[in-house]
Amino acid sequence: MADLVSHPDEVKVVSKRFGLGATDIDRYLELDGYKAVQKALGMTPDAIIGEIKTSGLRGRGGAGFPTGMKWSFVPKDSPKAKYILCNGDESEPGTCKDRLILEHDPHSVIEGVMIAGLAVNAQSGYIYIRGEYRYLSIIMQKAIRDAYAKGFLGKNIFGSGKTFDVYWHGGAGAYEVGEESALMESLEGKRGVPRIKPPFPAVVGLWGSPTVINNVETLSSAPHILLDGAQKFADYGTPKNGGVRLFCLSGHVNKPGVYELPLGYSLKKMIYDVGGGIPGGKKIKAVVPGGSSTPVLTADEIDIAMDFDGVAKAGSMLGSGGVVVIDDSTCMVRFAQYIMKFYQHESCGWCIPCREGTDWLKKTLDRFHAGGGVKKDIDNIQYLSENMLGRTFCPLGDAAAMPTISIVKKFRKEFEDHLEGKPCPFDPVGTTRQLLPVLSH
Amino acid sequence: MKFSAEFEQRFTEMVTHYPSKRSVLVPTLLYAQDEVGYLSDEVIAEIAQRLDLKELDVRNVISYYSMLTTKPRGKYNVQICTNIACILRGADELYHHCQDKLGIRHKQTTSDGQFSLEEVECIGACSWAPAMQVNYDFHENLTPEKVDAILDGYKKA
Repeated sequence: MADLVSHPDEVKVVSKRFGLGATDIDRYLELDGYKAVQKALGMTPDAIIGEIKTSGLRGRGGAGFPTGMKWSFVPKDSPKAKYILCNGDESEPGTCKDRLILEHDPHSVIEGVMIAGLAVNAQSGYIYIRGEYRYLSIIMQKAIRDAYAKGFLGKNIFGSGKTFDVYWHGGAGAYEVGEESALMESLEGKRGVPRIKPPFPAVVGLWGSPTVINNVETLSSAPHILLDGAQKFADYGTPKNGGVRLFCLSGHVNKPGVYELPLGYSLKKMIYDVGGGIPGGKKIKAVVPGGSSTPVLTADEIDIAMDFDGVAKAGSMLGSGGVVVIDDSTCMVRFAQYIMKFYQHESCGWCIPCREGTDWLKKTLDRFHAGGGVKKDIDNIQYLSENMLGRTFCPLGDAAAMPTISIVKKFRKEFEDHLEGKPCPFDPVGTTRQLLPVLSH
Repeated sequence: MKFSAEFEQRFTEMVTHYPSKRSVLVPTLLYAQDEVGYLSDEVIAEIAQRLDLKELDVRNVISYYSMLTTKPRGKYNVQICTNIACILRGADELYHHCQDKLGIRHKQTTSDGQFSLEEVECIGACSWAPAMQVNYDFHENLTPEKVDAILDGYKKA
């Protein structure tokens, strides 16, 4: 479906079977499929976790938590059933990589779930796929069926005497369900309202049992790590930031697409070389480095290494790998408005700072961009956002606040240029299309 | 309340996948909606009864998920993504173009029942923006002209 791209600097690990017909199980087997899980069957759980730790793999969903460590948190002596939950609720704006993995290499996800299962002594795993990705649910259902038919899943997998079941599960439209505790609520058939932590899912997760929750790309990386060597994977990246990852380039670039690049790759190079630069000879104004929840970087801040620590040093986050490039013809007030429209729409309403904060901020930004802004609004936007930080069960409140704070701080002049009823300097015509009843403040 | 044989087969299989029956609720609602067109009172009562839930519990869940609806929609639900990556590449213009072409606004349906329009959040097509989904089909790298051709194609189908 979605077009594939390539660039000479890419190191294809997770994406190496893209476009090769690996949805077919026999083709997947030809391409070294299901070898890693057989290797894992001959290893102890501690040895599997040790390999993942050595690889330096960190969660590809957004938080970047070390995967091996996450697996090691599952209590070994718990008498309860244990579960693996693969998070395919990909919804972070700017992110479209899990879609490609599920489309081109669904068996690698199943294999990753199985390896995680062997590492923590779980006997079943669930692959949660967002409702909008119906065609991927269909692909996954077939892949699971085929794996059962070959005896790779179910009782006595690969003749090992061990049991492992994998099931798919479909969502029905909710960004917040991508947060791990909300994901479990959703899988249990409830509203995706987050749970308070601790206890963490590794101890009390699905149906009260220990649960490992990992992103699609994280789990899809695990078979490659076991098969090709943990150290080799680690060496692709930078210290403490092992491996490669799928970066989703979008926005104002000539060659948008999903590229698999080593961690630590230069952001500047990613935009100008891999992405082919900015269309129409325009200049960069800002870059969202890791999905819409991450603070934006200005054109002066893009000479950085794209790994978790490098982007953190620049005051933002590597996040989900969604790199959105914004050119200098874009109004940042309007951009902030669209970001807040999203979070206001997706806030579940459970925590008051997020529910009220996103709504208030959306209304303020709508009015502000339409020419109804007053000077005190600018500080108020900042103040409201700062008061959402860290005051909610799940990070959705933070995710709404962080980019907004960065935009107000770094592009304050653009807010000032909208004051006193002036039309948007970047789109004087478009402004009149928006609202106007809200002008009476 | 009668669902298709495919629905029943899937339902029977899915309830065996979880330690609690309720876990099938969200996907089951979506598949039921696909068959009936929306989650009618009758569908809600049926699913609540099957899963030993109160109708209110089911309605509570429905109201959380953006794809679930208790109101009928057109045969083709046109969902334009207006999140950041799409907006930067012209989604706003596309959305207004669709409003003008179909003569309807957000969450409205054309009088012939063919099309509904919806402004949706990120659908995971950022690198191929601007994008839309018509029901479950993705359409990417769109221009107003392409949208015209796509919608005309559905109209003829």
